[in-house]
Amino acid sequence: MNVIQQLKLGFRSLMLHKLRSALAVLGILIGVTAVIWLVAMGEGVSYQAQQQIKDLGATSIIIRTIKPSEEANSDSGSRSGIAYGLLRSDYDRIITNIPTISAAVPMREISRDVRRDEYVVPTQVIGCTPEYFSINRLPVARGRPLAASDLRGLENVTVLAHDVAERLFPIQDPLGRAVQIGTEFYVVVGVAQDRTAAAAIGGSFSARQYNRDVYIPLNTFQKRIGDRVITVRGGTFQNETIELNQITAVVDDVASVDASADIIRALLERYHKTVDYAVVVPKELLEQAETMRMMFNVLLLLIAGISLVVGGIGIMNIMLATVTERTREIGIRRALGATKGEIVQQFLWETVVLSGTGGLLGVAVGFLCGPTVQGVRLAIKSFMPDVWSTLPTTIHQLEPRLAPWSIIAAFGISVGVGIVFGIYPAQRAANMDPIEALRHE
Amino acid sequence: MSKAKEELPEPVCVAMVRDVTKVYRLGGQDVKALAGVSLEFKQGDFVAIMGTSGSGKSTLLNLLGCLDRPTSGQYLLGGHDVATLSDEDLSRVRGRYLGFVFQSYNLIQQLSVVENIMVPLSYQIPVRPDGRELSTKLATLVGLAGRLDHRPSQLSGGQQQRVAIARALVNNPHVILADEPTGNLDTATSNEIMELLDVLNNTGRTIVMVTHEPDIAERAKTIVTLRDGLIQSVEQNRS
Repeated sequence: MNVIQQLKLGFRSLMLHKLRSALAVLGILIGVTAVIWLVAMGEGVSYQAQQQIKDLGATSIIIRTIKPSEEANSDSGSRSGIAYGLLRSDYDRIITNIPTISAAVPMREISRDVRRDEYVVPTQVIGCTPEYFSINRLPVARGRPLAASDLRGLENVTVLAHDVAERLFPIQDPLGRAVQIGTEFYVVVGVAQDRTAAAAIGGSFSARQYNRDVYIPLNTFQKRIGDRVITVRGGTFQNETIELNQITAVVDDVASVDASADIIRALLERYHKTVDYAVVVPKELLEQAETMRMMFNVLLLLIAGISLVVGGIGIMNIMLATVTERTREIGIRRALGATKGEIVQQFLWETVVLSGTGGLLGVAVGFLCGPTVQGVRLAIKSFMPDVWSTLPTTIHQLEPRLAPWSIIAAFGISVGVGIVFGIYPAQRAANMDPIEALRHE
Repeated sequence: MSKAKEELPEPVCVAMVRDVTKVYRLGGQDVKALAGVSLEFKQGDFVAIMGTSGSGKSTLLNLLGCLDRPTSGQYLLGGHDVATLSDEDLSRVRGRYLGFVFQSYNLIQQLSVVENIMVPLSYQIPVRPDGRELSTKLATLVGLAGRLDHRPSQLSGGQQQRVAIARALVNNPHVILADEPTGNLDTATSNEIMELLDVLNNTGRTIVMVTHEPDIAERAKTIVTLRDGLIQSVEQNRS
């Protein structure tokens, strides 16, 4: 008999007990769907993370100022204040001493309200150089980015992030108009494009919110706002001096990222008594995320594999019942010339039909993963807004990504499970004594 | 008669058992179901095997059907000594040289009439490409032309037995083994089935039939009576 005939025969035999076969198929279906859905969601989550890290740039190295904890404790309340973080000289040393670095952007930031008439928007004021826009892949939608001449001339010019511009200038064109940052007025020369948050990096645990930024020339920042930050905390003035908050260095080649990061670490170590900086390599983050993704997938496969094994046990149960019920048929077939091997084959094909059908239906349901997630999300959003607001953004934004390998693996495993769990019942059928089998009522 | 015999070749011996015994172990005791039986089955013969229950007739039929192996002795079928064959080879021998007709028809419920007739062909190597046509032809031969796609459950006992007979013919066997073929049927239907077997026998088929009904056995050419695992008598029917 050829494969099609075998499949047809298997199908017809299974139709003798429709409900029973359907339940066995359901067991496998759920297993296969579980594999595909879990992997798709896992892939979706890690894709999000990877995109965010990729936004930081695979060739970039980010050096951030962090507040050394012991200094903060011992010197709190001290009148002189503390100075920490990256120095302008660090920037010079990095840019001049490391040949693999093709570009670097120093950056200073501070939280300040930006005003225009009656509008007040809390923002992050960022002092930077013109390269900031290209390195962070932040295109300026309207107007122009900051220019080198702005830095040289200590110009009071600013580029607004998309959201900030919208809120300060709901109606008017912001270009050419003035906004107030602190006590100074700045002319808006450009508006940046809308941009979603990037991954959280060391030193700042929240994702970088580009949409809350206001950019001014670094030299202007230094002159108008200064290095010293005075904050009131618990009734005492806190006095901190920070020269730079971040230096973003871009390496000319991905291969030299790790080596360059090591040199930067060594260089900084020499000039900083305390570790008041963090060197973050997005490439490393990416690699970590990749490892995480692998572990995640293995875990999901394990869980899903267990459900497939449970489905397989269901199939075995049903096939054992089938073999007992069809003892007579086995005897007849043996008398009419079937060898043991052919009986094994017949019953194995039957389990393959069961598990294969379950597998195919499971793949079909697996493809419904995206719409189902959308539907569930919509349902929660509209019927349980309270629950919705407590869910993390990862779930708000989760887009399941069907992994082709998971579909192939799930289907393959389901058929494999059918064969593995079908062998024992099939052999039991084949090893029956034909005379006994023919006598069986 | 002698003249006719000169013209016809000596009937070929299609199957032969020589001094076969079968011993079962039951509860630590050896039970001799067959104590040394020798028989020859000539081409075109119609043999009825009779005997009371426990006489060994079922055991003999199982041996003839290659469903079991004798404890000792020889069984020649189609030129092979099948007494010593492996399980797989026995399956092949059954499929190639033997046709079975059972008391309870033994059709496969999920298959149609034609598909039931085709079952033995699915175990033939190589596969016959004209299996369906052949099966349809045989179904017509046994008078089931209008019921090719019926399931066994939709047929009467007599019709089911006709399907079984057609199935026994499909592999063109050397011997047809019938185990109480009329045991489950009423007298009228029994007669129809016996007539069908007569027709087959008249076209040269060798039939070996086990029965305990003397009037059914009367329709065979040779009647072998077993008793306690031994042949009690071999009678030739004149009719």
